[in-house]
Parts: sequence; C-alpha cells; structure tokens
Amino acid sequence: MNRFLIVSLTASAIALAGPPQQTAIAQEAKPAPPSNLTATDHPWDNGEVLDLAWDAPAGGNADGEYFILRTVAKVGDQIVTHDFKIIDSAPGDATSIGVEVKHHLKRAAVRQLGDRIDFEAILATGEYKFTVGYLFQIVSVNADGVRSSPAQTAEIAYATMQPFDLGRLALLCVTIILCGAVIFWIRRARSGKPIKVRKIAGLEAVDEAVGRATEMGRPILYVPGIQDINEIQTIASMTILSHVSKTAAEYDAKVEVPTSKSLVMTTARETVQAAFLAAGRPDAYNKDLIYYVTDEQFGYVAYLQGMMVREKPAACFYMGAFFAESLILAETGNSIGAIQIAGTAMPAQLPFFVAACDYTLIGEEFFAASAYLSGSPEELGSLKGQDVGKVFVALVLIIGVLMATAGSMLDSPAIKEAVEYLKNTLLT
Amino acid sequence: MKRQIPLLIAMIAGFVMIVAYFIPYTVSWGDTVIVWFDVLAAIAFVLGGGNLLKVHLKKTSDQVPGWGYSVITIVAFVIMLVIGLGKIGVNPAAKYPEFAWSGKFSEMGSPFWWLYEYVFKPLQATIFSMLAFYVASAAFRAFRAKNIEAILLLATAFIILLGRTAAGPALTGWFPDAIEGLEADKLTSYLMTVFNTAGNRAIMIGIALGTASVSLKILLGVERSYLGSGEE
Repeated sequence: MNRFLIVSLTASAIALAGPPQQTAIAQEAKPAPPSNLTATDHPWDNGEVLDLAWDAPAGGNADGEYFILRTVAKVGDQIVTHDFKIIDSAPGDATSIGVEVKHHLKRAAVRQLGDRIDFEAILATGEYKFTVGYLFQIVSVNADGVRSSPAQTAEIAYATMQPFDLGRLALLCVTIILCGAVIFWIRRARSGKPIKVRKIAGLEAVDEAVGRATEMGRPILYVPGIQDINEIQTIASMTILSHVSKTAAEYDAKVEVPTSKSLVMTTARETVQAAFLAAGRPDAYNKDLIYYVTDEQFGYVAYLQGMMVREKPAACFYMGAFFAESLILAETGNSIGAIQIAGTAMPAQLPFFVAACDYTLIGEEFFAASAYLSGSPEELGSLKGQDVGKVFVALVLIIGVLMATAGSMLDSPAIKEAVEYLKNTLLT
Repeated sequence: MKRQIPLLIAMIAGFVMIVAYFIPYTVSWGDTVIVWFDVLAAIAFVLGGGNLLKVHLKKTSDQVPGWGYSVITIVAFVIMLVIGLGKIGVNPAAKYPEFAWSGKFSEMGSPFWWLYEYVFKPLQATIFSMLAFYVASAAFRAFRAKNIEAILLLATAFIILLGRTAAGPALTGWFPDAIEGLEADKLTSYLMTVFNTAGNRAIMIGIALGTASVSLKILLGVERSYLGSGEE
C-alpha cells in the first residue's frame, strides 16, 4: 500500500509539474495546498456520491480553483494499486464538493482491474458496488495555472446506499399532489358530478374522417408511431385506435394498421378486435389488416408512402411518437388528398404536423383524446385532475419568477439561494 | 380473466418502476421488469418476421395490385436472414480460428456488412433526403399570408431563415450599435431562446402532466381500452 502511494504520488507530482523549462518558474510561485481533506458517504442517497471537504490553504485560493483526483484503493478485501486521475474541479472559494462514483461501480470498470484482483469472487457476492473503496487527492491551482502539491484523504472512503433517496423527496411530493388530484377528481366524477370539457377540433373530426372514408369506399390508414408499446405515446395511440376502430366498425369502413414493432401489432389486433366486438360487428374484424412492416424507421416510411400512393386512403391518422418521418408521411397524405388527423407528444414534430395535416392534437390534447372520445365520467375526471396539476405548475412558475426578480433587484443572497434550490432541486 | 391478468401485470410492473425510482434498494426490481420487456420484445420479433412473410406471401399468391413489391420484400428479407444467420463469408474469430461460425456476422467486408453499407444505407439516405423537398412544399403552403397569424408565422420564418444563413449577417451586419439587436442573427437567437423556448416549455408541461395522468389511469385500471373494451 505504501509503495503504491509513493509510486502514485511521484507519478502525480511528475504529471503536475509540466515541461522541464517551466518547472523552475512553477516551483517559485507554487501555491499552498489545502489541508485536512476528508471523504465521507453522502447521506440518504443511492450510494453513488461521496462528499469531500477540506480546509482552504493559508492565504486562501479565491482567485484560483481546486482539482480533485481519485483512485480506486480497495475492491472487497483486496488492496488495489491504481493511478490518481483528475475527475473534477471546484471553485477557489469552495471547501466541499460532492463527487459521483457511479461510473466506477460499473462492472466494466472493475474488470479493468482484473489482473490485480480476484474480481469474479467479488462480483459473485452481488454487492461489489459497495465494496469499492476510494482515495482522493486535492491540489489548489492559482490564477496563473500553477498547481500545489497534493493533499490526500487519510482513510479509504466507501459510498453506501440508504433506504430512501432524499434528493428525490421534492419530486415524490409533487407526484403525490398530482396523482392525488387525479384520483380525487376521478372519484368525484364517479359520484355523478357533471364535468365540462372544451371542444377539441381534431377529435370532433374523427367521425367526419371515418364517414368520408366510408362514402368514398376507401380505407382508413392508422399509423401508431414508430416506438414500441413501452412508450406511453404508443399506449395513448392504442386507446385512440380503439375509438377509431369502433366508429369504423359502425360505419362499415376498413381500417388498416401497419406497425413498425411486433408488440404494437399484437396490441393493436387485440384493441381493434375488441372495438369491433363492442360495435356489434365481430364478423367484420380482419386481423390481416393489422400487420408488421419493419423496425427500420425509413423502411417503414417507404412502405407507408408506397401504400398511400397506391391505395389512396381517404383518411390518415398519425397518432403516437414520430421523428423525422412525420413530415414525409403528412406531405404524402396531403398529396393524395386524404383528410389527415395527427397527434403526438414530440414537440419537434408538432410544427410539421400542424403545417401538413388538417387537424393536430398538440401534446396534452393527444393524451386527453381517450377521455374525450369515451366520454366516461372517470376518464373526464382525470382531465380535471390534470388541470389541478397545471394550476400547481403555474403557481410554482409565478413564485419562481417573483423570487428571481426580487433576488436580482434586492441583490439578496438568501433569495438567490432559494431560487437556486427551486431550480436545481425541486425542478430537476 | 383475459383482461384482469394483463391489467394486474401492468399495475405491478408500473408500481415497481415508481417505487424503484425513490427507493434505491428496489432499483434491481425495476431493472428486472425492463429485462422482462426485452425478452417479450425479442419473442415478438419472431412473430413480426412470421407475420411479414405471411402477409407478403398472401399478396403474392393473390396477385393483388403491387404484388411485385411483395416479391422484392420477401427476397430481400430471406437474403438478409440467410446471410446474417448463416454468417456467410464471415472469417472465424481470432480467438477461435477452428470454428467457422465464430466471427461476427456484421464484420467489415462480410456480405452482410456489404449489403447493409451499400444497399440498405443508401436506400435509407434516399428516403431521408426527400425530407428537404417536403419541407419546401409544406412551408410554401403554411406560409401563405392569409391572416394575421399566418403573416406573423411568415415573418418569423423569414427572420430565422436569414439569421441561420450567411445572408443574414451579410445584409444586417452594418446596423449601428444602437439597433444591433435587430441584426438577423441576434434577432434569430432572441426569437429562439425567448419565444420559441417559452412556447416549447408550455407544451412540455402539458405533455408531462398528460403523461402522468395517462400512466396513473393505466396503473389504476381506469384506462383499459388498450386491452380491448373490457368486454369478454
């Protein structure tokens, strides 16, 4: 261990010294190093941060900064020799910093030390993450960029996991408020209180689009985006597909659903089948109209373009997560004269849909579609709950803006600190 | 039962993911749920491949209009599948030279790699490059100055286009210091960071609340149309 420290300190000293010609100048103006460097586990976290604290050097270092160096010193019971590397920096007036060690917890990082430790035995315990011990060094760097000799932690530090991540407490509170509001309004709606919902043009047009396709004797194209079923937008798309299919079954129109993911295909089949059943037309359901094309983004787009140009669907629905293909699809649909309704929660794609489609469900309208179309009190209640969330967000925004303005006008460190807490803790 | 069991699985998996976010000891539970999904997706991939073949073989057999495209799809699918699975033309890995199939199917120079690089990628780039023309045609329609909103949109787009090209600074770079904020590049930057960001954030807040609400409805079983209508 001592040999390792001597070797690493020598290596660090050589590395820090710079080219030979500058050594003499640097040594003359070398700043004093900080002292009493300690590393302790960050309380109430998921075991990925160590807190470093130190005493400022004599005369301070306000104009300069500190470099933090780290090495793995122990894995399990085995002492490891490894070089110190710069991992972070801190401003010259700081005396503490939180250092993330999660990258070192990765299996690959432990494997890199494989020739020096029996890592398989450690990995077998399943707790290898918290058996990695670290040593730290700190050097002060003055305004001219000259570095001091390093100060080092006396003991090996370990990051440990606590039962609850206190850094996420604020988010937990916000989650409880929002979910509580949604649940409250769902229960209230169940009790029979009427709920008013404003008209959403894009959803009012669903019947019109399906009716048009029926009159023209052409199919309806439904594109559920290019993400898999674990994406919430795809699930929201399935709920809209259910209503579109039910309307199509009632009108005796054909709905074609090409998908870019196999799981979406199976889910869409279940959804459409149930919708046809609910409409009293189980015989009209044709599972071959819901099929898988390809996972490849532009392969999928090429298929859809070709299909649109050949079959000329009368109505096109684009509901789900879209990327670069949004405008290609919408423009192709526009060129064949189809009535087009799009809905997505991808902000970057919304302008394209707005420019090229007849109706667009923007962000939350897309998520509200299911409740709106079903008209069920429970679902409408959830929309009211969302409104409570909006009021909460608006209040936080107003408070934040007022605090930031007051902090700037009054130059108050306390208010500025509160704004920083709001920005960096509550809102991240 | 056909509806209840999937609903129960969705509820348990969803709540596990929420709990895992706040309680570090349960992070591995969340990881396990994600692995379950990956396993399902991998199995479904075989289902998707089978469905692709079935649909296009049927189109070819029925000779529906455009059945020639289905033939091309089947041929391309089979060629890539055989070359990839069979590791045709792949050199054995340096570690296991005695095993012909030990090399990577996508190694540089292999037939699979060649088809991917010189057939698939150019086709993909071709489709993507069409976007430029679609942007032009969509912009032409969207920017017609029909009303006040459209005029505002047109003016904003004009400023952004100027500011994002060399023409903007060249045409407006001479503005005196008193009105330098009106130079095309600075005005563009202002529009993007103030108006655009504000609008974007408003949409993002709505999306975040909508996502939370839909997720909660699914977890509580209020929203179940993705499982069907609820009728057996």
